[in-house]
Amino acid sequence: MSADTSSAVDPVEGVSLYDVDNPAPVIEPPRKRTKKTPKSTRTNFELYGWLFMRLSGVVLVVLVLGHLLIQLVLDGGVSKVGFAFVAGRWASPFWQGWDLLMLWLAMLHGANGLRTVINDYAERPKTRFWLKNLLYAATVFTVLLGTLVIFTFDPNIR
Amino acid sequence: MSTTTLEKSAASAESEAPAHLITVTFRVRRFNPEISDQATWQDFQLEIDPKERVLDGLHKIKWDHDGTLTFRRSCAHGICGSDAMRINGKNRLACKTLIKDLNPSKPITVEPIKGLTVLKDLVVDMEPFFQAYRDVMPFLITKGNEPTRERLQTAEDRERFDDTTKCILCAACTSSCPVFWNDGQYFGPAAIVNAHRFIFDSRDEAGEQRLEILNDKDGVWRCRTTFNCTDACPRGIEVTKAIQEVKRALITRRF
Ligand code: SF4
Ligand code: FES
Repeated sequence: MSADTSSAVDPVEGVSLYDVDNPAPVIEPPRKRTKKTPKSTRTNFELYGWLFMRLSGVVLVVLVLGHLLIQLVLDGGVSKVGFAFVAGRWASPFWQGWDLLMLWLAMLHGANGLRTVINDYAERPKTRFWLKNLLYAATVFTVLLGTLVIFTFDPNIR
Repeated sequence: MSTTTLEKSAASAESEAPAHLITVTFRVRRFNPEISDQATWQDFQLEIDPKERVLDGLHKIKWDHDGTLTFRRSCAHGICGSDAMRINGKNRLACKTLIKDLNPSKPITVEPIKGLTVLKDLVVDMEPFFQAYRDVMPFLITKGNEPTRERLQTAEDRERFDDTTKCILCAACTSSCPVFWNDGQYFGPAAIVNAHRFIFDSRDEAGEQRLEILNDKDGVWRCRTTFNCTDACPRGIEVTKAIQEVKRALITRRF
């Protein structure tokens, strides 16, 4: 036994904690498929989620690039953006609709992306649960607040 | 590693006109739960023909230097799929990787494939991998009476799934997938490849069932098209393409 000890792994400080009858615990894979693993989820949620990411992505390319162009490049760039500028644009239902759509699509697209990241990287079920709840709360809050502002915006506010 | 073995093999190599032999360092990831709970690197110097394969190098180590080195291999010709390992950081079959293709002037690292439990040295527990494989029902399912003759199929129908019939279940793809590393619940590329083989087989009648299984939250939708699987596959299967084809079949089935 001591012969192969020297050839394989050096025991820490000369004494090995483990031997043939008492092997070291092996590292389990993150979540091994076992009998207790929840059975398949017969819904199309992930399918629709995947489709939504592709479609909203395409629409967002147009919306976001257009938005950046208007805000940052045309007509003297960012220096023109002020209360009056925003008030002027939101006077038109077209820009209201543009911003509303951009808000909803960008928030849901980003939230779904982060959901996948959490699913991939959070290791313990509890961490997953809380991170996702935080994410959903933040998403709902931002979307509702933004929608509220777009619809109740008052250009005469003092 | 004892120096006497080294000198002996070096001496005997010299006497047999070793013009074609070169010295290569194999840096092997060793783990033995009966000795330590830590895995360590161990270097072996070998005199070896660069046209030999990594598997030959491992054999040399096991037979001439250290008999405790543990790894799986069976056919040694790229057919059985038992010797997938991470060589120089990339999943390959040791029996299909020539030493001359690996820049032998640097140490060649050999590790077990990732994402599965290491049992000893290069041997991992393949059970989660085969569990996912079994889950997609990788066998012909038909309804009605068995025909008295063989089930015929046109050449075009056979061509449809030809690529995915080549899988040897080596797990190089699944254990190269970052989604599988993070969360062993993902079915993994190999299971999807083998589902694809039956989903697109005109003789099989359980395609619907298999699609439904892969529509699961740990099914094809977790694929991020990283392409690690396509790069890793020793059979040259277009793994990511197969996964995308299953996704497309799921979507066209719905709409
Ligand atoms: S698809 Fe390729 S890499 Fe994956 S298990 Fe089959 S042969 Fe191995
Ligand atoms: S030993 Fe059979 S595939 Fe390499």
